[in-house]
Amino acid sequence: MAEVLVLAGPGRAARATCALLTLARRLGTPAVVAGAPANGTTRARAGTPATVTGGGKNGATQARTPRTVAGGPASAATLGRFGAKTIYAATAPEMDEHPVAARVEMLVRLARHRPAAILVAADRDGLEIAGRVAVRLDSGFLSDVVDVTAGPDGPVAVQSVQGGAWRVESSVVRGVPVLAVRTEHVAITPAPAPARPVVTTVRLTFPRSVRAVRQVARHRARPRDLSTAAVIVAGGRGVGSAEGFELVRRLAAALDGVPAGSHAAAEQGWCPPQMQVDQVGQVVHPSLYLALGISGSLRHRAGMRGAGTVVAIDSDPQAPIFRLSDLGAVGDVHQVVPELLAEIERRRALPLIAEE
Amino acid sequence: MRIVVLVKQVPSTDDGLSFAPDLTVIRDAGPCGLNAADWCAVDQSLQVAVRRRDVQITAVTMGPPGAADALRTALVLGADAAVHIRDEALHGSDALATSRVLAAAVRRLGFDLVLCGATSADSGMSAVPAMVAERLGVPALCFADRLLVRERKVEIHRDDGCGDRRVFVAAPPMVISVTERCGEPHYPRYVSRFDARDKPIAVWGLDTLGIDPAEVGLAGSACVVRAATPRSGGRPDALAMGDPTSVAIRLADFLAERQFL
Ligand SMILES: Cc1cc2nc3c(=O)[nH]c(=O)nc-3n(C[C@H](O)[C@H](O)[C@@H](O)COP(=O)(O)OP(=O)(O)OC[C@H]3O[C@@H](n4cnc5c(N)ncnc54)[C@H](O)[C@@H]3O)c2cc1C
Ligand SMILES: Nc1ncnc2c1ncn2[C@@H]1O[C@H](COP(=O)(O)O)[C@@H](O)[C@H]1O
Repeated sequence: MAEVLVLAGPGRAARATCALLTLARRLGTPAVVAGAPANGTTRARAGTPATVTGGGKNGATQARTPRTVAGGPASAATLGRFGAKTIYAATAPEMDEHPVAARVEMLVRLARHRPAAILVAADRDGLEIAGRVAVRLDSGFLSDVVDVTAGPDGPVAVQSVQGGAWRVESSVVRGVPVLAVRTEHVAITPAPAPARPVVTTVRLTFPRSVRAVRQVARHRARPRDLSTAAVIVAGGRGVGSAEGFELVRRLAAALDGVPAGSHAAAEQGWCPPQMQVDQVGQVVHPSLYLALGISGSLRHRAGMRGAGTVVAIDSDPQAPIFRLSDLGAVGDVHQVVPELLAEIERRRALPLIAEE
Repeated sequence: MRIVVLVKQVPSTDDGLSFAPDLTVIRDAGPCGLNAADWCAVDQSLQVAVRRRDVQITAVTMGPPGAADALRTALVLGADAAVHIRDEALHGSDALATSRVLAAAVRRLGFDLVLCGATSADSGMSAVPAMVAERLGVPALCFADRLLVRERKVEIHRDDGCGDRRVFVAAPPMVISVTERCGEPHYPRYVSRFDARDKPIAVWGLDTLGIDPAEVGLAGSACVVRAATPRSGGRPDALAMGDPTSVAIRLADFLAERQFL
């Protein structure tokens, strides 16, 4: 069976890689393309593959394998558990300093062995990598992939289009199919029989152009600005009081987002007018908009309809906000939000994918 | 400085998509408009122009006759000139074919910056800008949530969620794609509607660009849509109810699935 290349990272968590491996197993023999050798592996020279040391059957690696930290890259054992037969690792500094361009070079190089498909996570970096690789290989590229099956002429991808309103089935008729997968839609399952991945170091020489884009800053400081925030948590009449509005601020902090308020909240003085989201206040375009106790008046909806994902918590099941929510929760903000904060804290303390 | 802005006419999002028998998007029925992110791309190019004197902005679209509306909007907003690439043979083009055509047009125009939207609202591939950059052999700064064009360097700020905020720089010539977070576009003054009437819209075909029709359109595309099925019934399980704890767990599951946790 031909190899299926699965791109790990840059910067992506173990879960996304395991989701890609879950799909890759249906198409061929999964191989992970990594920026650096995964934890708990020994390196091998190109051409002289070595198996992972310390490996026994049935998870005997347990004692020597570092636990996967939440959000961190997966260990070799984890990748094996999800079916990776090979890990291609490259340790060149370019892989860290110019992660997108360097991964394009690496995938193009590995594609010389004619893989059955190339799978990447459809995050911002993944989409650029996939698009460039598709051009370099003159191969079809499919985005928004939520599921894949093996067809007689290569993978058949299911794409979720227009927020799920359409289910489109597509396939690639030229080159190596390059699929950008929305990994959050994939139910991850371990391989029936865990593999012990062979780690192969790939030596790459990069063209000068790989250094054209430089990252000059990376910070975790929360932005103040609503208009550019990726995550916004907004409170409305349903939060009830200035004290209740504290829940909005706490949830925003927990999700690394910016707090905001509806017209009603600003009018009551629970938040300053600069924080007001609606037609006349701020118009926002976050990736996530979480509405707490906001019924969703027309003027409010006009301010936040550009949001990617909308989640609402409100006590009235008929609230108009639910009609444009991807998930609605019916309940009292004062009861649900503290529970949610506790649940988030609990999950942060746990590894994302537990080692066996 | 020569700026080319790639703009696309898309079906209005309120009405959703519909598909023709050949499974391509129906583009000549119902309301259409300039793709929202492309609106921001045009606006950002004007922000560059207010700070320098030598800026020439050309809006380019590849689309059926109705797509001329997107160019007219771009001209009203303040672009100086427009190019409409129109050819029956382009019907059914995938991202690979579309990027081939757009890159050829950009090369023909000459450029320092190519500005795009980050995502188009109809097919929503978020691929065309990176593909155009690859074909032009230039760097790309994609998904700019904030854009700063300096004398010899371009800086973008990106907020990828989960606290991952980064700043990237590169030097022109280059491709940039912007999100709607780049700032609310400025609305044109009334007089610019009149000004726009005098601005030229050139119409180019595949022969203008020296592209073989066999390389584009339904026949030349590397991707094929096999089926498109509407998902009826809206969102069946989109309401979580019950005691606060189980509702909170359901919310946390959802946020984790969408990678916000
Ligand atoms: C929901 C959906 C998802 C898709 N996902 C992908 C994907 O992930 N990757 C990918 O590569 N392709 C994708 N495609 C494209 C698809 O694979 C096919 O190539 C094909 O069906 C084209 O799609 P379309 O409906 O947009 O075609 P069309 O409506 O014909 O449009 C294709 C392109 O050609 C232009 N065009 C149409 N007619 C003309 C004309 N007369 N003159 C000039 N330009 C014209 C349009 O503006 C558009 O840019 C997708 C298409 C749809 C509908
Ligand atoms: N047919 C087209 N004509 C002009 N620009 C386009 C076209 N298709 C895509 N683009 C540009 O590429 C961006 C991203 O599109 P997409 O990759 O389809 O999501 C759009 O916002 C436009 O700037």
